[in-house]
Amino acid sequence: MQLLNVILIVFLIACAIAVEKTRDLLSAVIIFASYSLIMAVLWLLLRSPDVAMTEAAIGAGVTTIMFIAVISRTRRMEK
Amino acid sequence: MDDLIVRNISRMIIPFIQLYGIFVVFHGHLSPGGGFPGGAILGASIILYTLAFGSEKGHLKLPHSIAKWLESGAVIWYIILGLFGIFAGHVFLTNKPAGFYMGQAGDIISGGFIPMVTLAIGIKVASTMITLFHTMIEEEEH
Amino acid sequence: MKKLIMFTALGGLLFIMISSYMQMPPMGNVDNPSYNEVAEYYLEEALEDTHSPNAVAVIIMDYRALDTLGEATVLFTSIAAVLTVLVGKDPKPGEEESHHG
Repeated sequence: MQLLNVILIVFLIACAIAVEKTRDLLSAVIIFASYSLIMAVLWLLLRSPDVAMTEAAIGAGVTTIMFIAVISRTRRMEK
Repeated sequence: MDDLIVRNISRMIIPFIQLYGIFVVFHGHLSPGGGFPGGAILGASIILYTLAFGSEKGHLKLPHSIAKWLESGAVIWYIILGLFGIFAGHVFLTNKPAGFYMGQAGDIISGGFIPMVTLAIGIKVASTMITLFHTMIEEEEH
Repeated sequence: MKKLIMFTALGGLLFIMISSYMQMPPMGNVDNPSYNEVAEYYLEEALEDTHSPNAVAVIIMDYRALDTLGEATVLFTSIAAVLTVLVGKDPKPGEEESHHG
């Protein structure tokens, strides 16, 4: 269980750095959704299923759709 | 998006998503979950419908004229529930001493005003998300 | 020169954060300052006070119901602001009823 925690946190940091480094905004949004999913699993391991459900529904679902809706009305590539 | 596979899979999967959302909202005082996750799940199901079937058909599911009543009504319902505590001689948002029906612990209808508040929050969150998404999508047309 | 100053500042900040993290009590310990009599009261009296077995729901919907009302107000304000900015302009003559949320 300790090893799984460490692996998830390393993935979390990698996702956070990748979101900042990616020039393609659509890819950045997808990476951000995976960040939210890893965060939801971490909340579940911390024994707070309420926050995990909220994170999975809002962070990975609705926020991603909102970002994609905004990108569809503006540019895709970062200048 | 006009895709046969996406439309058929959405038509199959949306009732189960909505059933799960309603379960999470109504069991907010018994199991993990509550108003915010349940409302987000319900809102996500309608957003999926809009993505699969287009903006016009999705907008018919929750028009702005209904959404504005849901938005305002949920908050007003919450405040009215809180005022019951004041009229009963206690502080704002009092549960047990204000005389709500408490019931048996573990039943669906129990826990005083907690299920009613959860229902209001769930309706509010679902309506907010659907309205936000529809507003952002619709603006392209005019 | 600018980079040197920046790295010095960030390194100092990192040192302060790590050294303060070392002083924190272990996570989930019963002797932590955050586990005080308020948490004990909630865990012991929640079932008796509200007849609801979910302690988290009892805290956010009953003991801290005013905070939840504040969250609902935040949602209401956000949706009002979005509707005002995005669809508040130039209402078409026939559609005023359906486009004013």
